[in-house]
Amino acid sequence: MAITMNPARLTGIGIVVLLVAWAILAGALEPILSYRDDIVYLARQHMFLVLTSGGAAILVGVPVGIWLSRPSMERYAEGIMQVFNIGTTIPTLAVVALSMTLLGIGFPPAFFGLFVASLLPIVRNTYAGLLAVPPHLKEAATGMGMTQGQILRRVELPNALYVIFSGIRTALAINVGTTPLAFLIGGGGLGELIFTGIDLMDTGMLLAGALPTALLAVIVDFLMGQAQLHLIPKGVNPLR
Amino acid sequence: MIRLEKLTKTFDTPNGTVVAADKVDMEVPSGEICILLGPSGCGKTTALKMINRLIPPTSGKIFINEEDTSKQDDIQLRRNIGYVIQQIGLFPNMTIEENICVVPKLLGWDTKKAKTRAAELLDLVGLDSRQFLQRYPKELSGGQQQRVGVIRALAADPPVMLMDEPFGAIDPINREVIQDEFLKMQAELKKTIMFVSHDIDEAVKMGDKIAIFRAGKIEQYDSPDNLLAHPANPFVADFVGADRTLKRLRLVTAEEVVNADAPAVARSTGAGDVARRLASEGERIAVVIDGDHRPVGYVTADEIAGSTGDVGDLAHPLPASVPMRADLRAVVSEMFAHDIMWLACTNDEGRFVGVITQPAVTAALRATYTAPAAGAA
Repeated sequence: MAITMNPARLTGIGIVVLLVAWAILAGALEPILSYRDDIVYLARQHMFLVLTSGGAAILVGVPVGIWLSRPSMERYAEGIMQVFNIGTTIPTLAVVALSMTLLGIGFPPAFFGLFVASLLPIVRNTYAGLLAVPPHLKEAATGMGMTQGQILRRVELPNALYVIFSGIRTALAINVGTTPLAFLIGGGGLGELIFTGIDLMDTGMLLAGALPTALLAVIVDFLMGQAQLHLIPKGVNPLR
Repeated sequence: MIRLEKLTKTFDTPNGTVVAADKVDMEVPSGEICILLGPSGCGKTTALKMINRLIPPTSGKIFINEEDTSKQDDIQLRRNIGYVIQQIGLFPNMTIEENICVVPKLLGWDTKKAKTRAAELLDLVGLDSRQFLQRYPKELSGGQQQRVGVIRALAADPPVMLMDEPFGAIDPINREVIQDEFLKMQAELKKTIMFVSHDIDEAVKMGDKIAIFRAGKIEQYDSPDNLLAHPANPFVADFVGADRTLKRLRLVTAEEVVNADAPAVARSTGAGDVARRLASEGERIAVVIDGDHRPVGYVTADEIAGSTGDVGDLAHPLPASVPMRADLRAVVSEMFAHDIMWLACTNDEGRFVGVITQPAVTAALRATYTAPAAGAA
């Protein structure tokens, strides 16, 4: 199976390549490489934040989306989704700031802020994806004698999987891009280089944080794209 | 056998109670197809879906093979009833094989047995199993999908099948083909089938019995022939259509009205012999046949009177002939197309079996009209 390159991903990779080329031409590579140890240490912190908060958002968001899509929740689901939608309109910087007022500084508020920011697209896509499964499929499944659990596992989830994955992909993209803000509330990560670079007007330092962040975003998106391509059954996968 | 006893369904709506099924009593004998027919909103689909409890009945009883289904668990009941819907409902995330194996798997069949069954059923509807088993539904045409939809319902060999406008979404040409295939399958499988339709032509073609619904009540439950010949009330007459007698033409095959005693003569017979034979039998026309017993032409008594030579040389070519499996609709159509009063009829090998005349066709239609309507069940 060939690795498909969609235009958006090509553009992303192109921008990173251009940035690197520009950095080299501008003679910024040397100052960037001088931060090598910092980059490695902070990138680890950064990825740890992304993996924990993103992972937690998936583990919580998908079940919540499933729960909201159940017929017993029909009366309340739309209302709850409205709350989630309003939540999405709050800027992530504000979410991070608010979580600091609740949890202080350090890893916990950074984790919580990123978790909340990535939770919304996952819940929304899981809920919408499950509701969009054609009713006649559920009717056929019921009429054939599947239990509610079997219908969910064998019919509803596989048919909603593409939409759910898209939600997770969006959430992780937001997550990686937002993680630099964690530095502002003492959560560490590559934001430390970016914001300090801005404050000191040190372009080399700024790029030492920004370039790895961009690279990380492209890698995460690429991995999610591959997962979407290979994990979703062929019959319901528009990519195959 | 399926028996409904005083089956009733009411829905409470803001505008009051709506009765979707009103004390429906009916019985479908084993191995027969019963069509539930009526305008939309007449309660036919509600009646069908109460049988596998997709819609729970308000009151009344349903018996399948003399067993009261209200005592059975919903899930078990449904696994033993084949169910086909208009939208087909193949699961797009599963291959054709997985789709067909859904119910066998639910019933705990051994995987190998289920797979063998899937291949067998695909071949039964003329889809090459090697080619189709591993495909996904979106890779099949509409007609192919509908065939898979039907065999999926047959997979676990249920005694009873419910079909909700199963061929409604297929183009008219494919629909005819699939209907014919289905009837052929049913002739062997002998399932007891409830079949919802809104198409009177489909009902007449497919049904052993037809139940006409209006506002949750059965207006008439009868054989297609009786229904068309003796509509019980103006609603039924209106629903089956002003051309209902023409529709009955489909119910009779050429074989049933053919006159097998019609004179047939070999090509080499002398004209004089034929003239004498026609005179003695009181017939006016003789069909000329070749060495393989195929009809090739005809001679009339008037024309050969006094002529000499073989009838093979005197014969007119036959304008048309019909296979004896054809229904009378096709026969009449041929007669009108060629402006003739009679047709030669052939069997599957093309051999001559007899002659069909227009009076014989009208006589066949008259037979049901004069027969006592008491025969209606």
